[in-house]
Amino acid sequence: MTRNRNMKLASVAAFLAIVFIAVPAAISLSGRIDLYYTLTSVALLSIASAGVWLTFYIGRINIGQGAYALMGAYVSAILVMDHGWSFWLTLPVAGLFCAAASVLIGLPILRLRGVYFAMVTLTLTEVARLLALALPITNGAKGIVSIPLPGALSVFGLTIIPDFATLQNSRLAFYLLAVTLMVACFGVMYRLVHSRIGKLCQSLQQNEELASSIGVNIAYLRVIAYAVSSFFGGVAGAIFAAISQSIYPSSFTVTDSVNFMLNCFLGGLGYVFGPMLGTLVLYFGWDMLFQTGQFQLLIYSGLMIVLMLVLPNGLLSLTVPTRKKA
Amino acid sequence: MEQVIANGLYLGAQYALIALGLTLIFALMNVLNFAHGQMYVLGGFITYTVYGQLGLPFVVALLASGVTLAVIGALMEKFLFRTVIRRSHREESTMLLAAATAFFFDAVILLMFGEKQRGVPKIVKGVFNQAGIIMPYDRLVVGALAIVFIAAFVLYMQYSRVGRAMRALAQDRVAAQLMGVRVDRYSMIGFALGAMLAGVVGGLLVTITGVNSGIGGPISIKAFLMVMIGGAGVVGGAIAGGFILGMMESVGLTVLREYGDVTYLVIFAALMVFLSIRPNGLMGKPWG
Repeated sequence: MTRNRNMKLASVAAFLAIVFIAVPAAISLSGRIDLYYTLTSVALLSIASAGVWLTFYIGRINIGQGAYALMGAYVSAILVMDHGWSFWLTLPVAGLFCAAASVLIGLPILRLRGVYFAMVTLTLTEVARLLALALPITNGAKGIVSIPLPGALSVFGLTIIPDFATLQNSRLAFYLLAVTLMVACFGVMYRLVHSRIGKLCQSLQQNEELASSIGVNIAYLRVIAYAVSSFFGGVAGAIFAAISQSIYPSSFTVTDSVNFMLNCFLGGLGYVFGPMLGTLVLYFGWDMLFQTGQFQLLIYSGLMIVLMLVLPNGLLSLTVPTRKKA
Repeated sequence: MEQVIANGLYLGAQYALIALGLTLIFALMNVLNFAHGQMYVLGGFITYTVYGQLGLPFVVALLASGVTLAVIGALMEKFLFRTVIRRSHREESTMLLAAATAFFFDAVILLMFGEKQRGVPKIVKGVFNQAGIIMPYDRLVVGALAIVFIAAFVLYMQYSRVGRAMRALAQDRVAAQLMGVRVDRYSMIGFALGAMLAGVVGGLLVTITGVNSGIGGPISIKAFLMVMIGGAGVVGGAIAGGFILGMMESVGLTVLREYGDVTYLVIFAALMVFLSIRPNGLMGKPWG
């Protein structure tokens, strides 16, 4: 990351041009509208993975992002269905709800380290699933279905976002929504990591006792980082519920939590944009292997093992700047 | 009540044996073996093939499960984990590798054995019914075998040369190396032993619950729970964790029956509270 400011600005501009103009243009030219859904998923999953990455940044292995994604999805779905809220209002509420929950959960469990934290967060995903099954408000295993598409959003009579149900191409709308949020999310991440708090977080990653002895408020910092992480998870989950128009206890399971973690690993833990690349590669790799039928999982996991052996520090550890591929 | 306790003890013996393998691998290599449940399933399917399909004696089948898994474990350590640990900057990278191997095993098991639930004929017929306890004989046999295996494992770790070397390795890798312990060799043996335990439990339990290709993940989660209760990397902790989880499951299923399927929810919640009071489990060392 020693490139100068102009280079950075240019690459950001190029990235924005690709995701907002080039990709939709290419898709409408080729007629592969199904790709919108894939790319939307990638964008959303990378938001959730970015949260996981942030907990990695303070030196914790987080396998519990699925729990917050599920929580966010349910909060949004319940508010829209039972209380008639607008989807756009539920989006930040879902994120904040998850952040608040993660503060409560995080205060005790963030004292754990290493594999203990990893295993506790893993069980947290299971807890979320079982809770969704057991609570009356979540409608159990039947889930919440036929959630309406996001309505119009207007401020002072000015319509900013049109009603998704009236659009003829709601996939494009969802794509733009997801990508915008992804860009915002990674912008926030980048700022956070390169700010004073980011440096402090890095000190937590290296040695908590030492950081604490110099006067860093470690308990406060790690709760903040965890809350931000869960916020991302909740927002991503809420949009997922809106896209699929349904939410079940099994929508986000342990496998998803593990995948969020894998995305971060694959992209590289030392790089802010790692989760984005990791998600893209893993999701597309999985999709492309669909043609191999029953051997899909075998080839996929085999490739992952090989990749791990060759590049144990993530894809971005290659010196070639390959990250602006999206 | 006697029935509940008997069930708990029986479950606990199985669980403890699963947790032992996981904790051994963790203690030696600092690797959280995500594929442990899949190894268990593989062991179950091997016993199913040898005992159920080929009709060979059960002991042979159990031996085949153990040996196959031991070989797989040794190869995994030598070619996968050792390489990644050497090359990676952060030791958490082994988690990705472990998760990838878990997926890999899932795929292999699915391709080789299909997705059907498989069971084998009972090893012993009849039911024990005395003093208010009803327990099929095969469960008694399997439970007793599990306890024998646990005892053998503990004695082996305590008194054999290999066991001593592995305990030294778990305490302090560098110091053990300086004392002339061949670290690579014993890591490999330890990984093989841990995998073997998973295979043996799989072989034992296929006679009772049967096996299907989807249960690997849930078994891994249960194993993680037990290891967390007892403390990661401690043999005594794994045994204690196994029995505690077995007992909680058995008691929970009876007491909480009228509230629906909430036993595991209660166990998870209790675990969270417990871990916030004792972050390293019952007997774990700090730092995990």
